[in-house]
Amino acid sequence: MSQKNRLQSGGRIDRSKAMTFSYNGRQYKGYQGDTVASALLANGVDIVGRSFKYSRPRGLVTAGADEPNGILQMGATEATQVPNVRATQQELFDGLVCSATNGWPNAESDMMSILGKVGGKMMPPGFYYKTFMYPQSMWETYEKVIRKAAGFGRSPLENDPDEYDSVNQHCDLMVVGAGPAGLMAALTAARSGARVIIADEQNEFGGHLLSSRERIGGKSAADWVASIVEELASFPDVLMLPRSTVNGYHDHNFLTIHERRTDHIADKAPSGQVRQRMHRVRAHWVVLATGAQERPLVFAHNDVPGCMVASAVSTYINRYGVVPGKQLVLMTTNDGAYQTALDWADAGREVVAVVDTRANPQGELIEAVRKRGIKVITGSAVIEVSGKKRVSGVTVAGIDAKGEKVTGKAHSLLSCDTVASSGGWSPVVHLSCHAGSRPEWRDDIIGFVPGPTVQKQLIAGGITGTYALDKVLAEGAKAGQEATKRLGLTVADVQLPNVRNLREGKPMALFHVPHTKPTSRAPKQFVDYQNDVTAAGIELATREGFESIEHVKRYTAMGFGTDQGKLGNINGMAITAKVLGKTIPETGTTVFRPNYTPITFGAIAGRNCDELFDPKRFSAMHKWHVENGAKFEDVGQWKRPWYFPKAGETMQQSLDRECKATRESVGILDASTLGKIDIQGKDAREFLSRVYTNAWAKLGVGKCRYGLMCKEDGMVFDDGVTSCLGENHFLMTTTTGGAAGVLEWLELYHQTEWPELEVFFTSVTDHWATMTISGPNSRKLLAELTDIDLDKDGFKFMDWRAGTVAGVPARVFRISFTGELSFEINVQANYGLHVWEKLFEHGAKYNLTPYGTETMHILRAEKGFIIAGQDTDGSVHPFDLGMGWCVGNNKPFSYIGKRGMAREDCVRPNRKQLVGLKTKDPKVVLPEGAQAVADPKQAIPMDMLGHVTSSYWSANLGHSIAMGFVKGGLERMGESVYYPLADGRVIEAEICSPIFLDPKGERQNV
Amino acid sequence: MSETLAPEKEGTVNVAVMNQVAGSGARAESPLHHAELDKLAARNPRTGGVMLRELKLLGHLTLRGSQQNESFMNGCAEVLGLALPTQPLTSVEKGSVSIRWISPDEWLVVLPADQAYEVEQGLRAAIEGHFSVVNVSGGQTLLELSGPNARDVLKKSCPLDVHPSQFPVGKVAGTVFAKSTAVVRRSGEESWELVVRRSFADYIWLWLQDASREYGLVIKS
Amino acid sequence: MLHIYCPHCREHREEEEFHVKGQAHIARPLDPESCTDKEWGEYLFFRKNPRGIHHEIWYHSTGCRKFFNVTRDTVSYEIKEVYKIGEQPQVVAKG
Repeated sequence: MSQKNRLQSGGRIDRSKAMTFSYNGRQYKGYQGDTVASALLANGVDIVGRSFKYSRPRGLVTAGADEPNGILQMGATEATQVPNVRATQQELFDGLVCSATNGWPNAESDMMSILGKVGGKMMPPGFYYKTFMYPQSMWETYEKVIRKAAGFGRSPLENDPDEYDSVNQHCDLMVVGAGPAGLMAALTAARSGARVIIADEQNEFGGHLLSSRERIGGKSAADWVASIVEELASFPDVLMLPRSTVNGYHDHNFLTIHERRTDHIADKAPSGQVRQRMHRVRAHWVVLATGAQERPLVFAHNDVPGCMVASAVSTYINRYGVVPGKQLVLMTTNDGAYQTALDWADAGREVVAVVDTRANPQGELIEAVRKRGIKVITGSAVIEVSGKKRVSGVTVAGIDAKGEKVTGKAHSLLSCDTVASSGGWSPVVHLSCHAGSRPEWRDDIIGFVPGPTVQKQLIAGGITGTYALDKVLAEGAKAGQEATKRLGLTVADVQLPNVRNLREGKPMALFHVPHTKPTSRAPKQFVDYQNDVTAAGIELATREGFESIEHVKRYTAMGFGTDQGKLGNINGMAITAKVLGKTIPETGTTVFRPNYTPITFGAIAGRNCDELFDPKRFSAMHKWHVENGAKFEDVGQWKRPWYFPKAGETMQQSLDRECKATRESVGILDASTLGKIDIQGKDAREFLSRVYTNAWAKLGVGKCRYGLMCKEDGMVFDDGVTSCLGENHFLMTTTTGGAAGVLEWLELYHQTEWPELEVFFTSVTDHWATMTISGPNSRKLLAELTDIDLDKDGFKFMDWRAGTVAGVPARVFRISFTGELSFEINVQANYGLHVWEKLFEHGAKYNLTPYGTETMHILRAEKGFIIAGQDTDGSVHPFDLGMGWCVGNNKPFSYIGKRGMAREDCVRPNRKQLVGLKTKDPKVVLPEGAQAVADPKQAIPMDMLGHVTSSYWSANLGHSIAMGFVKGGLERMGESVYYPLADGRVIEAEICSPIFLDPKGERQNV
Repeated sequence: MSETLAPEKEGTVNVAVMNQVAGSGARAESPLHHAELDKLAARNPRTGGVMLRELKLLGHLTLRGSQQNESFMNGCAEVLGLALPTQPLTSVEKGSVSIRWISPDEWLVVLPADQAYEVEQGLRAAIEGHFSVVNVSGGQTLLELSGPNARDVLKKSCPLDVHPSQFPVGKVAGTVFAKSTAVVRRSGEESWELVVRRSFADYIWLWLQDASREYGLVIKS
Repeated sequence: MLHIYCPHCREHREEEEFHVKGQAHIARPLDPESCTDKEWGEYLFFRKNPRGIHHEIWYHSTGCRKFFNVTRDTVSYEIKEVYKIGEQPQVVAKG
């Protein structure tokens, strides 16, 4: 198909660079500089989608971010699919592949259009609430059909091959919008030496000047823009971001910008380039120069393809060299839109008539139009459009001065294919609302402007309701000066360019064009195109009692689409106000939230995906674990060896082997991930006494002690062994997951409660590599590598010694989490792998067996040792755990947790207590989390007694072992409890001591 | 090699001090040892916008003490040959010793690894009152990022304002870095040093490779 | 994303460097043992949730690791002042 609507010359397209693209499976041609929308219009494509509810054909309405209909599914391959791209903002590139999002199976002949005929009755406002809520169980079925029919686009099924990232930016001044006001603000601040970022969603700076035929400072608007851009580029501290939408304006002047770096070049970003980038900007000052969006008028069948907003028609003609039709009827409430009639006529096409809703409009542009011999019909409106897939004509009728009713009966039918309408302009206040400010209505400009804000925000240009170019430029410069001044910089001189302003008449406030029939009976008058919200629908909503604008919005779905009501919301609010008999400020507006336009998940995710999704922490011995086939488990961000399978082993076989080897000879665990805190100061001991439940006063140098830590409520939150390195020096260990939290906890109490205590805490978690050798042969193995005297009476259980291991200075702790003879070796992590490997060199003859977290869990469970976070959940105190032995009641200071443990609820009988559980059938392993009941035959809901916290198969014991909470469990030894499972089984278990192996603790003392 | 008494009262050990450096028989590996940066450096492209180097196996000492404690401030100056910087977010450097301000009562001293023990002993001998010295050499490493695009990589990795007007040479800041943490220091016009934790080093290495790809990454040995 | 002035580092930093620790100026009772369950429960669990001026403790977790106080407006999110532990706020709610 040829580009039948393309002009021979003019516009900012490059006719020497032809490009081929595919739309709905057909090939079209366009030029560099086109958007998909301008290229489609050039090719005479009228229908770009089907409407959501009624499946009516829809055409392009705007030329910008407010486009409700031209929504594309982009992507040449499955992996590069991007939904909901606005055709009006997507630049054309050679080979671009896209299709209409709305319309199933396709936009031209739509299956839903058959349904659409009954759709009016089928889907009135509140349709979802009324129909699909019941029965609720059917929602998933409804949703699938509705979503597909509604056409919200689809996400790719394959991984996105492109790179995305985010960059943190800081600046003195962030200018949002690079139209005339934004450019002047940025220029003023830049010349004054400020660090400036200026961003604009369009591919070029200039805003509406890109489609304007005005002259500035004796130059064409485009040349003036080029000169400013050139100067801005010369400042090293000015960052210019075209194709960058400022999507969010958050607290304390934090803004998020979505920059599209390669979306205009190719389907997939060129190698080595980032496709999209999020800029996270912290700005001292912000100038919002976001301009305004033109409101279409609401009249019968105003959604037939060929109906557009007036400024969009001018943009297509002036910027893209495309006239989107042959015969134009222009309807306007203001002078400015007359320019569109001139542009159309200058393009050599017919202007059938200008229909002005005002009775007696006066202004220079009107005179110019009349002078061209164009018919101007005043005091009238286009009340209805005829045509199905394209406008074929309009009905024009006289209206009263308030625009509330049609006067007389004389209608004239004009034949045309395009209806441009202008109901005036709405300042783009969206960003100003993001941090909670409410926009304010101004009758004089017939629009909302930003309200008071706590942000360091200035506004300039169209967003303030100022539209005359000379004033817009002046406001921009003033905002730049103001910001510069507030930044404490000397304001540089900036001269305003000369602009010739046109004399204009007063615009008319009109949001809903009357019809000869009442609104409820008139043909559909669309307010929100994307959600098929009509004037009648809004009336119905208010009749049904929805009076708050927020409720009307939700009931009708007005503003819910990808355009977020940019085009229709003000008309909708005004119609609501009128029906309610209120003013617009009384009715108010809905509040805009981020994001301004849809953003890709890629841009949100940035580089936080795949390998970089979350930090992975490794110990110094990680390489060995990988090389020796470890399976890994995530413990917080750490990757810990879980178990070390040998060829052909199942996981259980590996665990059985690791457990037996450790109890029979010697096993080794990488325990480097345990939190370690170096504590120095003369009050270190006192501090320990306050944060642990047990006593620390008498722990001698060279000794280690296990401690429990509680919160003030008396509930256990961490545990570990702390060693006395010197009178004023301790090494605390914490759980792997609790390390950071415990250090912060200690600092909190030190800094806020007990600053008088002389103590310093320093994390040494990463500094020490820790390896635990455990088992009856551990002493023999260690003896081969150390100069420390390992004599069992000289180096006792719960002692530590310093010396060398494998030639490396080390501290060795004789502590045990397995119940076996154990030595925990700490060396500076740089030597971790060296020492680990030496242990294996010497350990072969003892069958030294590496084990991971799972075997560690089994071995400690055989001994009844708890794991904080697995056997505790923030609701159990030490006595609940049967660990009253670890609570010092004679300590002088009321340590953290003491008072909490004494609360009424903590001392009542029948609390859940941690006990051992032995299944009646020794082969059955209880699932962790299984709920205990006394009587499995009780009717549901049964009385729950507690749950299983740890449960394993013990190869050493030849039966399953478990720990869990049971109400009053410590008093119920020998009794049975039952665990009914989801699969219908009921497991019976006997309550027993959690210490299944070596209850006297002899093995660790050998 | 074994535990040494800090000079305290007769018969008591107040703080355990230890020479943690092994003899030549023991192999020491930096946190990025497995990345084989030396090999990468040998086969690297010669040009690129970002240079990366691991300043490995240095001595790192965390010093804590009060600025009001004259003995602490004087003792540190005497033993380190440099006064502790008291201006927030600054650092000082002399020869092979650098000191970073971490907080009003915390400093990080980086020095050759084999001096750590001697310096710690010296500090303990020189200072009276409440203070602490902790050897953290095994727990962190220093990465040097340099080149014309080093600043761009920092902007992708941390939320600091690294503009020259806000981050002069010598400035130090502890911050979020690549979802981990780092102490960032501007060591020269176009060079920056990151102190990163050992367990996060591999992740940060992956991150830096990714973040600097568009500028070209040159590994230096 | 708040922009928070750290009184120890003496510059503004991004919120992600900090942890918020809840309401400030809740002193641990000097003699917990003499508190009734009600008093202890109030110390433990009861917090203000004001509309407007609120005093909070923040922790500069990735920076200087110091706790400090922030007076923040819970409606506008404006930070009115920051002050060190042990100091009292200058900005307080009226009434």
